Amino acid sequence: MSFGPHLLLALLEGTVTAFVLALTALGLSLVFGVMRIVNVAHGEFFMLGAVLAWAFSSLVPGMPALGFLLALVGSALVVGTVAIAADRLILRRLNYAPEATIVATIGLLYIIQQVVLTVYGPNAHPVVPPINFRVVFPWFGYSGYKLVVIGASAALLGATWYTLTRTRLGLIMRATQFDRETAQSFGIPVDRVYSAVFALGAMLAAVAGVLIVPIQQAHYLMGLDPLLLSFIVVILGGLGNLRGTVMAAFVIGLSDGVISVFFSATLAKIIATLFVALVLVVRREGLFGEKAR
Amino acid sequence: MMLRVEAIAGGYGNVQVLRGLSFDLAGGEVLCLLGRNGAGKTTALKAIMGLIRLHSGKVLLDGTDLSALPAHEIPKRGIAYVPQGRRLFSELTVEENLTLGLMTRNHGQETLDRVLALFPVLRERLKQVSGTLSGGEQEMLAIARALCVEPKVLLLDEPSEGLMPAAVAAVLDTVHALKAQGVATILVEQRVELALSAADRVTFIENGVARETATPAALRADPAPLHHYVGVGLHGR
Ligand SMILES: Nc1ncnc2c1ncn2[C@@H]1O[C@H](COP(=O)(O)OP(=O)(O)OP(=O)(O)O)[C@@H](O)[C@H]1O
Ligand SMILES: [Mg+2]
Repeated sequence: MSFGPHLLLALLEGTVTAFVLALTALGLSLVFGVMRIVNVAHGEFFMLGAVLAWAFSSLVPGMPALGFLLALVGSALVVGTVAIAADRLILRRLNYAPEATIVATIGLLYIIQQVVLTVYGPNAHPVVPPINFRVVFPWFGYSGYKLVVIGASAALLGATWYTLTRTRLGLIMRATQFDRETAQSFGIPVDRVYSAVFALGAMLAAVAGVLIVPIQQAHYLMGLDPLLLSFIVVILGGLGNLRGTVMAAFVIGLSDGVISVFFSATLAKIIATLFVALVLVVRREGLFGEKAR
Repeated sequence: MMLRVEAIAGGYGNVQVLRGLSFDLAGGEVLCLLGRNGAGKTTALKAIMGLIRLHSGKVLLDGTDLSALPAHEIPKRGIAYVPQGRRLFSELTVEENLTLGLMTRNHGQETLDRVLALFPVLRERLKQVSGTLSGGEQEMLAIARALCVEPKVLLLDEPSEGLMPAAVAAVLDTVHALKAQGVATILVEQRVELALSAADRVTFIENGVARETATPAALRADPAPLHHYVGVGLHGR
């Protein structure tokens, strides 16, 4: 294949990575922005989404489309419930203290991982994509499902964006983010808002996991990469800055896709990490962050 | 309507600030809390809003024990708060701040129109980010946001802080207008003249306890408590 088509393929791969990463990182960023906590277990919600997608789709063998829809809804609901439980039972009891919640979510990471290892086992399992057509370019064929991933991610990003900026629920979340105490004085149940935000963040990661699993297979250790990349993206985008997070996901996702196709996936991670370190030296508030208030 | 604060004690963590504070207040009444810096005036208002935990004592609104409710339920019972320093959601627009006030007790356009009639400046600035308003406009927005709750009781913590005389007069007018509608107001105020002209009664707070309550007329006749609890005479500070 000559350079042009090769680059097109790389950009397509990068776009898929970017959208899935944007979803995952948006969840992390949202939780950090509103609750001021760093959720180290975020990647495990991604993994849980993927593993549950396998479980739900194996409930209806031979019907991949139905299985996929079932997985989307079911995984999101289960992971959302797990997140609410974690918020009530762990984070709330720690009063959302920044250091304590980091340690606690590290613990949560291992708990989720070990439970999945025990129940699901150490092997990776594939999930059949819900659709099977290939988009035929003159130079190569490309999985139609990956285009579905792009479309679904874009729709979810848009929906999250709309909810946060245009609805009363979003207004309540933003008010809680800016001044928790004053929000309470205007009747906002901040405890419930925190649970909802934590669940929403986890569900975004879970859905990203569901979307990726027909491409990548489900495995109990698959949460690490998305966690690291999400951290990179959230820091690069400016902590808690949602627009910055999405933009940074595109920078990292596209470069990751391109470098992985032309060179190797490991090199892509190395370069991304170096890039973040470099950006932070030059601009502490991240690429797209505003100066600290 | 009756708000009764009964011997409340509490503070922040291990620091006790309120030590058995009591006072009460009827509909249409303006009660002014006076006391030195650090006496516990702001803390008393936070205690009413349920924002600090009480060790003992009660806050009763028409017989309901507010101190037993979670903090976010208290404004829904009809208590609105204008915190010291305003505490606007400064990244949000004027309109969003007002919407949050309206949402507290599910009020709508009608309430908003009434509130904006009191503060016409805000109507022109609905889409402006509230942190970029002038100090006086921010104070008006803080009060307007509280009025969107359609409160029975309004808590005002130093609303005149940093305002020009004309803006202070506007705040005072608002307090009078609310009084006529039967709203009860607790006003924390450092400016003694302003306090005396607005209040029906003045309660002096010292070390987290109410020491003495007097009418403005009595204080004009005998300003000794002002000297004692606030350290000022009637003219200047
Ligand atoms: N968050 C807090 N944590 C610990 N102590 C606090 C806190 N807020 C206030 N205090 C202390 O409580 C005491 C009473 O404070 P409060 O704000 O109620 O005083 P105030 O009467 O409103 O004073 P001012 O006139 O200066 O506003 C002060 O000694 C203050 O240092
Ligand atoms: Mg004060």
